[in-house]
Parts: sequence; structure tokens; C-alpha cells
Amino acid sequence: MIGVHWIYWLAGAFFASTGALIAFDAQHPRRATSAAFWLLLGICFIAADVRTMPAWLIGIGVIAMALLAGTGHVVARRVAGGRPSAPASEPRPDARREGNLVFAPALTIPAVTIIIATAAKGITLHGQPVLARGQETLIGLGVAVIVALGLAVGLFCPRRPQLALCEGRRLLESVGWAVLLPQMLTVLGGLFTQAGVGGAVGLLFQHVVPDQSRDAAVFVYAAGMALFTLVMGNAFAAFPIMTAAVGWPILVQRWGAHPAPLFAIGMLAGYCGTLCTPMAANFNLVPPALLDMRDRYGQIKVQVPTALALFAVNCLLLLSVPFA
Amino acid sequence: MLSLLGVAAVVIGFALRMNPLLVVTAAGIFAALLAGMSPLHIADAFGTGFASSRSISIAFIVLPVVGLAERFGLQQRAQDLIGRARRLTAGRLLLLYLFVRQTAAALGLTAIGGVAQMVRPVIYPMTEGAAWRTLGRAPCAELKDRLKAHAAAVDTVGAFFGEDVFVAVGSVLLITSYVNANYHLHLDALHVALWAIPTAIAAFAIHGARLLILDRMLSGTGARQSRDAGGTR
Repeated sequence: MIGVHWIYWLAGAFFASTGALIAFDAQHPRRATSAAFWLLLGICFIAADVRTMPAWLIGIGVIAMALLAGTGHVVARRVAGGRPSAPASEPRPDARREGNLVFAPALTIPAVTIIIATAAKGITLHGQPVLARGQETLIGLGVAVIVALGLAVGLFCPRRPQLALCEGRRLLESVGWAVLLPQMLTVLGGLFTQAGVGGAVGLLFQHVVPDQSRDAAVFVYAAGMALFTLVMGNAFAAFPIMTAAVGWPILVQRWGAHPAPLFAIGMLAGYCGTLCTPMAANFNLVPPALLDMRDRYGQIKVQVPTALALFAVNCLLLLSVPFA
Repeated sequence: MLSLLGVAAVVIGFALRMNPLLVVTAAGIFAALLAGMSPLHIADAFGTGFASSRSISIAFIVLPVVGLAERFGLQQRAQDLIGRARRLTAGRLLLLYLFVRQTAAALGLTAIGGVAQMVRPVIYPMTEGAAWRTLGRAPCAELKDRLKAHAAAVDTVGAFFGEDVFVAVGSVLLITSYVNANYHLHLDALHVALWAIPTAIAAFAIHGARLLILDRMLSGTGARQSRDAGGTR
């Protein structure tokens, strides 16, 4: 059976190679600490699959990375022209030579991913599925990247194939510390759960729900989903808590709301919160870093008006549909 | 109630505009200490949390492919291509992408799209190229930032309010498994997914309208600039 771990190793190797390239870059402004960050990230990615490795050791590595990056010691090397990593021996890019074929490697990635995630999903060998269940899309992405990389090297014929790693390093460095943030938020969510944040929030909202007004209770449910998602960065964390505190006991049991539309639209009210929060880093902070935006919160600012309007729509739907 | 201090730490940290990574790490340690965890337990939680959440960071492995293609003129080509499609303005292009992204996600194909794989190499350069044509010159840095924000927002809005319509997706399964296990209901995933459709349509209408407004803003800026230029001559 093909599992998912080799993809983590592939990613770990890419992160570590970025660290190595920085370690040998004499002109990097924060050479030692930046190299340490990316090497550590790569090592932790791979070491997490080593059975004998105690989890606390990886934990210390993760905290060390956060301290390095959080105190401004991990930066990208920027020089005039924005091309720090290209070897001088490479020729200037010429877009006309390949024509529209230049899109082929990038478009190969979704195409191959989907073929593997859907078609190869059903293939079995001796009654066992070939791809690990539930991981088909990730495995597909891993295979797709290898295929696309081979295609890109064959198509562009760079004088040195490691140019791909140099260019990957350029993009990875421009994302910078934001690479670690989504995973760190998952850790935070777990710690919050262990500390009992969910129960406390639920208790809080139970106290503010008005007794006599059905519409006000609906609004508290929707607003609670959005606000709690705003803080946790994830509507999935808000859903069980708001449902246990307000959705089930008050809206369904007392006011007789229909569960399917109530919970489906309630979750979407939470999504409106996701659009507005830096805590949903992989959706709202990583893209601005990937696009080299000067304002890290620029995407959130664009999404807020849509989120507010959609929240209003969801409230109206919640007031009518589950009670029809 | 003491645990809410951990949440307060996050809010204060972000409000003070401190580095998010530092805020999140410190708040996590703080919340864990409030819960009475030992330092070894805290380090353990960071290690296991990191190990089990690695799939979120997997999207970064596309960067060598995207970087290599960019080096050989991918973004330039995307701009040239859009230069020929005269009717495709920046807003209409993003509207088209919103439609494709949302529809694909609703069919369970969230792998189509993504900022690293699609927006940075293809969609954004095309958007900038289209805006260039509307304005009659290169967009200024501020406007570029705004266009980038819009391109990224389309990707996120499309994915969010599309995938919820698909039955076998995390949020729908979370709702049915949580509710059915805890309240002994028999909610059908298809039913839950169906009720995501009205919001999905509203999301397309609202965000789509804003993209067309972006177009009017762009053509307004372009017209004003050429008028100003004419006046000084």
C-alpha cells in the first residue's frame, strides 16, 4: 500500500535544501539563523516519522523555530532584481521559445492530482487498496509534483537541474515564517481544547441567550459561530461548542428548529468568521506572503465586506428556513 | 473561565501587531500552563501537534515547479495571453476564476486552484495584465497589492463556499457525525450539503458583484489619469 509519509519526507527534504542553500550563501543578511530555521523545519518534518524520536524533542525544535522566526531572525535575501538564487550561468528567460507550453508543468499538478485522487482511488491489489484511504489527494499531489518537475526540467532544459531548488528556495523564502504558522495554530487549537476553552465559551454564550425571543437566540447562535471562529481561526472548532451550548438545547429542543438546515447554515455563518481572521493563517496570511504583498492583512481587508454581507444572508436564512 | 485568558492573550497579541508566530506560540504555552500542564507535557503537545498537522504544509512542495516555470517566463506569458483577450477585464477574469473554483470545489475537486499552484503563476499575472490594459499603463504598487488581495480572496471564497456543497467533505461529515453521535439523530450528509446551496449562490452573487465594481474602479482610474494627462498638456 502506498502511504503518505514519503510526501512528508519530500517536503522535509525541500525545506532542508533551502536551509542548506542559505547556509552556503555568503551574502545572506541573516545567514546562520535563517539557515537554522529551514534546516530545523526539514529535520522536524522527517523526524516526526521516526518511531524512536520522542515527541517532546520535536516540540522543542518547533518552539525554537517559532522563537527564531518570531523575533525577526529569519528573513529572505533580497537583492536588486529580486533574483537572489539564480546561478549566473543560466541564460535569460525567453518566454517565446516554449509558447503556451510554459503553462504545462503548472497545469499538470492539478490534472495529475485529480486523476490519482479519483481514478486510482478504486484500484485494489490482493483486496487491499493501493493508496492509503483518506489520503488519496495528498498522495496525488506528491506524484503530481514529481511528474511536473520532470516535465519542467525536460521542457526548459535548465543548464543545471538544481535550478528548480534554487527557484523553490526563492519562493519559500518570500513566504518566510508564515510557512510554520498554520501548523502552529493547529497546536494552539489542541492546547485550547485541553485547557477547556470550548466549555468556557459555551457557558458564556448560554448566559447571553435571551429566554423569550426565538429570533434573538438564532442571532446569538450565528454570531457565536462567527465570533468564536474569528478567535479560533476554524469553524470546525466552533461548531461542536456552539451547537452544544445554543444550537441543540435552545434552537432545536425548545424552538423546534429543523436540524439539517440549522446546522448546515450555522456552519457557513462560522465560515464568514474564517474570512476575517488572521488565525486562519493558511487561508488569509500565507497567500499574501506567496504573492509578495506589502500588506500582510490586505487579503482579509478585501474579504471583510463579502463576509459581512454573507453573514447577513446566513442570518436571514437561519431565521426562516429551519422553522418553515 | 481561567482558560479564556489564553484567548485574551491571542487577541491582545494581534491587537498590538506583534509577530503572529510569536503570539500563537506564547498563547499556547500560556494556556497550557493555566491548564496545569508540565513543561515536558507542553513540549510533547507541540511535537505531536506539529507531526499530525503536517498535511497543511504539503502545498509548499509545488514551489520548485512554479519557481522553475516562472524563471522561464510563465508570468510573462500569462500577461501576453491576456493582452489578446480584449473583453476580459481584471474583474471579469476573476469572476470567471471564482466560477470555476467554486464549481470545481462543489464537485469535490478542490485540487483545482490554490494560491501557490494557480493564483501566483497564472491568475494574478493575467489579472495584472488585464488591469494594465484598462489603465493604459502599469498599475502602481498600491493597486498591485489590491489586485493581489482580490485574486487571493477569490480563491478562498470560491473554495469555502463551493466545497460545502460537496457531500464527502470535512465540514459536512463533521456536522453529521457530531450531531448523529451526540443527539441520536439520523441526519443525511446529502441533506446537509443541500442546505449549503443558497449560501453558495449568495456568495457568488455578492463577491461577483464586488469584482465588477473593481472593474468600474479600474476604468474610472484609467479615464481620470488620461484626462489629467490631457489637461497638463
